[in-house]
Amino acid sequence: MKTVFKRTTGLTDAETHYCPGCTHGIIHRLVAEVLEELDALETTVGVASVGCSVLAYHYFNCDMTQAAHGRAPAVATGLRRVLPEDRLVFTYQGDGDLASIGMAEIVHAAARGENITVIFVNNAIYGMTGGQMAPTTLLGQKTATTPEGRSSQLQGLPIRVSEMLATLDGAAYIERVSTHDPVHVLKAKKAIKKSFEIQRNRQGFSMIEVLSSCSTNWGLTPEESLKWIKSQMIPYYPLGIFKQQPCIGEES
Amino acid sequence: MKVLFNEGWCKGCGLCIAFCPQEIIHLAEHLNRKGYRPAQVVDQDKCTSCAACARMCPDTVITVYRPDRKQTAVS
Amino acid sequence: MKGNEVIGEAAVYAGCRYFFGYPITPQSELVAYMAKRLPEVGGCFLQAESEISAINMVYGAASAGVRVMTSSSSPGFSLKQEGISYLAGAELPAVIVNIARGGPGLGNIQPSQADYFQVTKGGGHGDYYTPVLAPSSLQEIVSLTREAFRIADEYRTPVILLGDGMLGQMMEPVEFEDEKPLPKVREKKWATTGTKGDGPPKTITSLDLNDTQLEIRNNTLQQKYAAIKEKEVRVDEYLLDDAAYAIVAYGTVARIARTAIDRARKKGIAVGLIRPVSLWPFPATIISEYSSVLKAILTVEMSAGQMIEDVRLAVEGKAPVFFYGRTGGVIPTVDEILQQIDRLTEEVAI
Repeated sequence: MKTVFKRTTGLTDAETHYCPGCTHGIIHRLVAEVLEELDALETTVGVASVGCSVLAYHYFNCDMTQAAHGRAPAVATGLRRVLPEDRLVFTYQGDGDLASIGMAEIVHAAARGENITVIFVNNAIYGMTGGQMAPTTLLGQKTATTPEGRSSQLQGLPIRVSEMLATLDGAAYIERVSTHDPVHVLKAKKAIKKSFEIQRNRQGFSMIEVLSSCSTNWGLTPEESLKWIKSQMIPYYPLGIFKQQPCIGEES
Repeated sequence: MKVLFNEGWCKGCGLCIAFCPQEIIHLAEHLNRKGYRPAQVVDQDKCTSCAACARMCPDTVITVYRPDRKQTAVS
Repeated sequence: MKGNEVIGEAAVYAGCRYFFGYPITPQSELVAYMAKRLPEVGGCFLQAESEISAINMVYGAASAGVRVMTSSSSPGFSLKQEGISYLAGAELPAVIVNIARGGPGLGNIQPSQADYFQVTKGGGHGDYYTPVLAPSSLQEIVSLTREAFRIADEYRTPVILLGDGMLGQMMEPVEFEDEKPLPKVREKKWATTGTKGDGPPKTITSLDLNDTQLEIRNNTLQQKYAAIKEKEVRVDEYLLDDAAYAIVAYGTVARIARTAIDRARKKGIAVGLIRPVSLWPFPATIISEYSSVLKAILTVEMSAGQMIEDVRLAVEGKAPVFFYGRTGGVIPTVDEILQQIDRLTEEVAI
């Protein structure tokens, strides 16, 4: 018998607190598998953010620091500037954390070409606080703070973070992936691995935006939620590579 | 045994069921220690070891094995 | 050297190699000094996009176990309070400089002591304190910067060095050689630097969702604060042996008060100076002891009256406590303080 699939050692033995069907679990696993495959668990420091993934430090089997809301890229910058170059530094942030309160930190980390990996989990809502509107909430999407659905007149339009950061010269690699079926989960893992490899090659800032679900606050079953990612989110947040550039500082 | 479920960790979300091409995964009638109906496979023979279930499981419940070719032929 | 530059060199002398800054008057010379100086000693200076980001970079660097500093002035310091609360909660050592200016709001860029409340009473959310050291000369900046890093490392806590625009901008000769260098940073076993086979992964966090666990964490912090209160009180006493009156003042104001006291002495008034050097822990016991033999106490501040609350708590009614303060960046003069000393003697005589 050959083992085709087993639990990665990149995760601790802790069971997650996530709701049934929450794709945070899948994304955690992908990051952990990549760190294991790169033999980087002992040389990686992760930065947990604030939101549903606030307890990520319980789950990743590597050194972890927990940051204030939105500030993970700044904390990661502090770590990056101190730690030896062989260390890998990553942040794991949701859309409320990264694209709302932490917008300045992520933009400037990207602009500086900070040699870190950012895992950006976009589920178009604030999960932990009970399903309020996020900067990524789609037009018409009902949330606790947009009971009639998000309106462009009242709340403005959702932000496409990957496209925006891709305009910055400092960003080395930006890709948006999804978790809505096994094929896309495999693609997501490939992108995450690439991002860590870019960091290992000291090529600079990279971010993988992962479209994710929130069954509880979307009011859908886990299976319906994945279909919703495909039918509603991907048309607004197209998948693909938005930035891929040669080594930072070697352009000229 | 081609697919093994760590029953205690399962939250019964059903994503493994949704993506099993063989449609052999079901929620059990009993509850696990968390209070969920855990996913289970009764008909192991039909499993193709594709691991789609494991890749979609958010809770790393599933381990997948593939029998050696000879053994497959014998069975 | 300017006061702001002295802080920078003193930090380098104390083994600080990482500085995350953001420009704001009247502390910008420190940021510029570190930008030039740290690369010379193999360190790293980074200008952040905001004070908020700078303090969180400090959090990251402190997580990795190094001596690290950031600085700001009042409005910017307010922005750092969230980060300081996290540093306190996660028990990370760091030194934060506040070269205070007039407020509230944008205020102005003149010297002020109106940040006393926000540096000595925790400042951010939650039950915590930060040790606060308040130098009154550039030479003292050198020794207190060293002390700030020592206390930060020893107790795993953020420490604040409080000055004001006058101290930051003034020039005085200083000697660095007189200061013993701070020993190298001991290996911080708790730092998140990658496990390298050192054992299980380490975690740095200020979060405890379990109420009992968070209370235990809070109790641990309180025990630490009790130890700091016991061991780290610093106060400077001047002409108090025969004093009937005392001025309580710190930082810039203490310098001016000292001159006023010298002149009052020439007039035959037995007045001395109690200068809190650590504002937290506050030298309450010493003030309490003197208050039982003094006729009256005068607190002088560049604020509408902030430290006076701690003075009154220490005195507990054993002597009358008077106040003189100037705000908005106006610095009290020697003559003004002399007049206040005269008022003190008259009031007590009545």
